[in-house]
Amino acid sequence: MENKNPHVMPEIDRSKGMEIGLYSLGEHMPNPHTGELIPASRRLKEIVEAAKMAEDAGLDVFQVGESHQEHFVSQAHLVLLSAVAQATSKIKISSGSTIISTSDPVRVFEDASTIDLLSDGRMEVVAGRASRVGLYELLGYSLNDYEALFEEKFELFLKINENKTVNWNGEFRAPLKDAQVIPRPENNEEGLPIWRAVGGSLASAQKAGRIGVPMYQAHLGGPAEAFKSRIDLYRQTAFENGFDPDNLPVATAGFLYIRENMMDAYREYYPHINEGMKLSNGQGFPKEAFAQGQDVKSVINVGSPEHIVEKILYQHEMFNHDRYIAQIDFGGVSIDNVKRTIDLLGEKVVPEVKKYTKQTKGE
Amino acid sequence: MNILVLSGSNAGNKTRTATTLLKEKLKAQYSGETINYINLQDVDLPFADGRNYLDYGGDATDVLTTIMDADVIFIGSPIFQASMPAALKNIFDLLPQNALEGKTVSMLITAGSDKHFLIPEYNYKPVLSYLKANIVPRYVFILDTNFIEGELQGDDVHLRLDRLIDDTMVLSETFKEVTAKKEAQFGF
Repeated sequence: MENKNPHVMPEIDRSKGMEIGLYSLGEHMPNPHTGELIPASRRLKEIVEAAKMAEDAGLDVFQVGESHQEHFVSQAHLVLLSAVAQATSKIKISSGSTIISTSDPVRVFEDASTIDLLSDGRMEVVAGRASRVGLYELLGYSLNDYEALFEEKFELFLKINENKTVNWNGEFRAPLKDAQVIPRPENNEEGLPIWRAVGGSLASAQKAGRIGVPMYQAHLGGPAEAFKSRIDLYRQTAFENGFDPDNLPVATAGFLYIRENMMDAYREYYPHINEGMKLSNGQGFPKEAFAQGQDVKSVINVGSPEHIVEKILYQHEMFNHDRYIAQIDFGGVSIDNVKRTIDLLGEKVVPEVKKYTKQTKGE
Repeated sequence: MNILVLSGSNAGNKTRTATTLLKEKLKAQYSGETINYINLQDVDLPFADGRNYLDYGGDATDVLTTIMDADVIFIGSPIFQASMPAALKNIFDLLPQNALEGKTVSMLITAGSDKHFLIPEYNYKPVLSYLKANIVPRYVFILDTNFIEGELQGDDVHLRLDRLIDDTMVLSETFKEVTAKKEAQFGF
């Protein structure tokens, strides 16, 4: 393990247990229970409001993802995150995902770094490729370059993050010659923690491992075991490339909804997921697959507080991940219901999960 | 009930003639239902490149949305080179995974040779299964000798089409009951 990892790592104190946070993709959809669609202005403010609640409940991270498609308000997700930074004071802030493929890494760094300075060093970036692809046309890129755009821009983004002066040549952006990209975060590395978002592809997990960047993995449904292979491959590849997997953070993300009564959670959240997926992806979420969340082995974290604790611990045993990010507001969940979930998460789930996932050095 | 008749060929007349007749029969029998008809000769579709079906725009998103919204799909198709026509395979490629889940799908096949009778079994059904369709086991296989002066003729083929409609609609109702029963067990 002589190879020093050149990348900026998020600071995660494992002696306090795994980190738990929230993420929103900023959907702007009718509440399927009432049919009500709140104005975009209110939805945006409610995301900031949810971040404050998350901070008050003692959660570790609040994350917002970028989407340019219909039924979303998170196009300018970094602007939204800057409002989150202003409204909060302790919670870590992260993008998730920033679609680096269709962005200029220089501008993303400038924006994210500015948020980092405004928030006293709380900013992180998760870089991804987008599952829906309307933004390629909107922002002037060709879908034929889907893979190449991501790899080139992600590499440049890391380079800017890790070097005060950058010389760079590539295919999709004008060259940089002795470029100083500022402002710089005020930490020892003068850079931001940057994660690679990994979807369903083993190859993407492998690429994250090859260069030793933190891996962020989102999942919708299915058995937790199915996602283990990607995390294992990531760590194995990192090891083969000279990085110590123990020092490489892994985060997972997925649906979460908590109610005292397990079935209330399913009754309330399912219409949001099913109708929301129809709007976002053109295909509902099979009820059968959602119902499997009642089994501890499924990654869908919906149910009673005790059930969720058991599930997250089961997932932790399997993944040994450092951070879990919950999506609690998908498909038009009202702010009152978001608050109920945050309250239960903070009171009954986080303390238990942290208690059992504390790790002392060398364990 | 949302019924779609999809004529899956970009050339010739026989599949169009057969599917048009089927559509007329459906209209006569199920006048209260929504019946859509798509002929691939009338639309301009790109080759699939893996994106979400909502992201293609134009005819593609219209056609694919109609398919996704259907409860019942009758697929008409000729046989090309002992397999499904590329135009029809492209439709399947354009759709997302599990696109036909919960949908009842049946087939009427037009062909120049009865040597191709089992092609739907070997070539169409596996794809439909992969897309999670509820497949109507029997299909109607129509030879080109049944087309006389541009019309589908012969009592046998008419009776078989009527039966295809009955089989498909009854199966669709039955699958809906099965699904409802299963979902009721979930308790939410």
